[in-house]
Amino acid sequence: MALVLNEEEEMLRDSAKGFLKDKAPVSALRALRDNGDALGYSRELWAQMADMGWAGILVPEEYGGIDFGMVGAGLICEEMGRNLTASPFLSTAIMAVTALRTGSDEQKQKYLPAIAAGKSVIALAIDESVKHDPAQTAMTASAHGNGYRLNGEKAYIIDGFDADALIVAARTSGEIGDESGVSLFIVPRETSGLSQSRTVLLDSRNYAAAKFEDVDVAGDALIGTLDGGWAVLQDVLHVGRAGLAAELLGASQQSFEMTVDYLKERKQFGAIVGSFQGLQHRAAHLYSELELVKSASLSALQAFATMPAMAGAASALAKAKAGEVAILTANEAVQMHGGIGMTDEFDIGLYMKRVRAAQELLGDYAFHADILARLRGF
Amino acid sequence: MSDLEEFQAQTKEWLAQNCPPAMRKPLRSEADACWGGKDFEFTCPDQKLWLERMGAKGWTAPQWPREYGGGGLSHEEAKILKQEMAAINARSPLLSFGIWMLGPALLKYGSEEQKLHYLPPIVRGEVRWCQGYSEPNAGSDLASLQTRCEDKGEYFEVTGQKVWTSYADKSDWIFCLVRTDRDAPKHNGISFILFDMHSEGVSTKPITLISGKSPFCETFFDSVKVPKENLVGTLNKGWDIAKYLLTHERAMIGDAGGGLFGNRSIGQLAVDSLGTDAQGRLNDSALRADLAGAEIDGWAFLLTMERMKDEAKAGPKTAQGMGARSSMLKYYGTELNKRRYELMMASKGMGALEWEGEASQDGELPRAWLRTKANSIEGGTSEVQLNIISKRILGLPGA
Repeated sequence: MALVLNEEEEMLRDSAKGFLKDKAPVSALRALRDNGDALGYSRELWAQMADMGWAGILVPEEYGGIDFGMVGAGLICEEMGRNLTASPFLSTAIMAVTALRTGSDEQKQKYLPAIAAGKSVIALAIDESVKHDPAQTAMTASAHGNGYRLNGEKAYIIDGFDADALIVAARTSGEIGDESGVSLFIVPRETSGLSQSRTVLLDSRNYAAAKFEDVDVAGDALIGTLDGGWAVLQDVLHVGRAGLAAELLGASQQSFEMTVDYLKERKQFGAIVGSFQGLQHRAAHLYSELELVKSASLSALQAFATMPAMAGAASALAKAKAGEVAILTANEAVQMHGGIGMTDEFDIGLYMKRVRAAQELLGDYAFHADILARLRGF
Repeated sequence: MSDLEEFQAQTKEWLAQNCPPAMRKPLRSEADACWGGKDFEFTCPDQKLWLERMGAKGWTAPQWPREYGGGGLSHEEAKILKQEMAAINARSPLLSFGIWMLGPALLKYGSEEQKLHYLPPIVRGEVRWCQGYSEPNAGSDLASLQTRCEDKGEYFEVTGQKVWTSYADKSDWIFCLVRTDRDAPKHNGISFILFDMHSEGVSTKPITLISGKSPFCETFFDSVKVPKENLVGTLNKGWDIAKYLLTHERAMIGDAGGGLFGNRSIGQLAVDSLGTDAQGRLNDSALRADLAGAEIDGWAFLLTMERMKDEAKAGPKTAQGMGARSSMLKYYGTELNKRRYELMMASKGMGALEWEGEASQDGELPRAWLRTKANSIEGGTSEVQLNIISKRILGLPGA
């Protein structure tokens, strides 16, 4: 498979580029932040994205989606990264849909058309502590009546606040640290015993913490098989990581381009600062690193369709490299902008905050480096 | 079955039947490789057989046109050949500056007679070429080269000195940059000529490096007579060819950075030396993290080479654009290769320092490690590559 976009993919990217630049530029995120928006994204904008088919980009056509695949979804993430667009695209259209596609016909019928229509936001509740490590799932679900009873706490749920439902990873057997014995449940917001609160992080997005106190769900809330949720969870994490990697790439490219533009304008000592070799070499190094991120990101996005067995490794590679380079880019961007880069008024700082969060979500560099080292036999 | 699938099946079968057993092991070093040429001493009969078989098919230069001895394969077919060779660990039948550098230059700038005359023996590995570029006072600033080439009517006469000429003492012919107009601005008085290293007036002197090996020479030309038909392209326009060729050299050096991976990761080499904990993790967590970082960058770098080839195939890029991108590959690939060797040295600890002795095959690793230090100097230093990226790709102004 050639590491280039096909014509359809290029068209999708161009339309995403135009739409987001117009409807959801950085100023839109700034407004959400400054207004203290409770949701952290715009429902109206999400409805427009759904009209364009984005909410259903991974939903099969029979359930109202366009089933475009992960390359298209990643291109949208990349453009969202460029514009710092806030939306439930990653949580709902990429991760929840990937989980639900493995569900029963009833579950698909119940949730997928609503997601594709932009009428339902569903978030993944996985992490329980400050570091992503799904094998450490401690939250429990036990058989209760005809269904299950859930107890425990989840944290840093992406787009979880006010979501219509949560897909929850809970332990149905085994010990903390085991991969087997984890199951996935879908739990509607109004369920008794479920309480949640908004977590405000530096990137002004929607995150939630959720508490489950004797939350009872029916038997049909189980997605996939009992104790066998790990494989589905891995698929969900892989698409999530590939999506985040693409977003990190977009954010990095945008801040890099802003920085190079600035180097061509700013004058000190009677010269354009971009003529100084000390800055040129740092910019050229960043360019090189970004080229690696582009390749790793596209390769991961393609892998879901062309080499599914490699998708986990490829998305780990992409997430690790994209996160590393995004942090380097943000740091260099602020430094090369000088004092203006430290001001809230200037956008570079917003990029620095978002990439700091995005590189941590679903596993940071060290987490993925460990996965890849194990794969490579050390 | 599609045409490509059929090609793949046939290639697999041909390789299975024709690649001799001794050639199905990764190369350990440059000395282990086949370089061809009139005086080349094959390390074993299999090496000779492998070169002859691959040369006859044109698969030492898979994408060159058939009329010049090449394989005539498409980009996709060449990719398949590479994959199928890798699948059985088949080593490259021929390392050759003729294939990597002179060939592309002749295909673009050479006359039809020159192509027909010079290319087929390169494919068959019969003539070994060296590159006469750098001079004592023309390193990073290559265009200031001074080797003089005068028109003597019947022939050219070349006088001067080259340095860092790879394997000049073992080569049959040289492609050489010479100054043909001393009054023109420095880029406009350079020509590209070819001549026999056995010509009267040519002498070479190997340079011993910190590795104890001598892959490079000083090369002296004392009134060497060169036939006039050996000029490639237009007189005084040799710099265009040089620039074009440098992009190939950079891509090649970058390629070596990613290409000599073999099937075992550098992490596994470390495990051989240091062992693992109960979870199978290398017994040195700090080194493990560094190794993983190098693996990540190595993998992403290989993908980047693939992507750039695929992009070049998919849409015509300007020659300048591709040239500048090869600077990125050269810069990153060589720095990465240096990093990998640092980590291999760390993984083997004191064992990596043995210089003489059987266990280390007379210091193969430390000598190879020292050799990598030249990677970011030869073919344009890392700093020169960063300058090129800054100016040609990022459009940053000159100082």
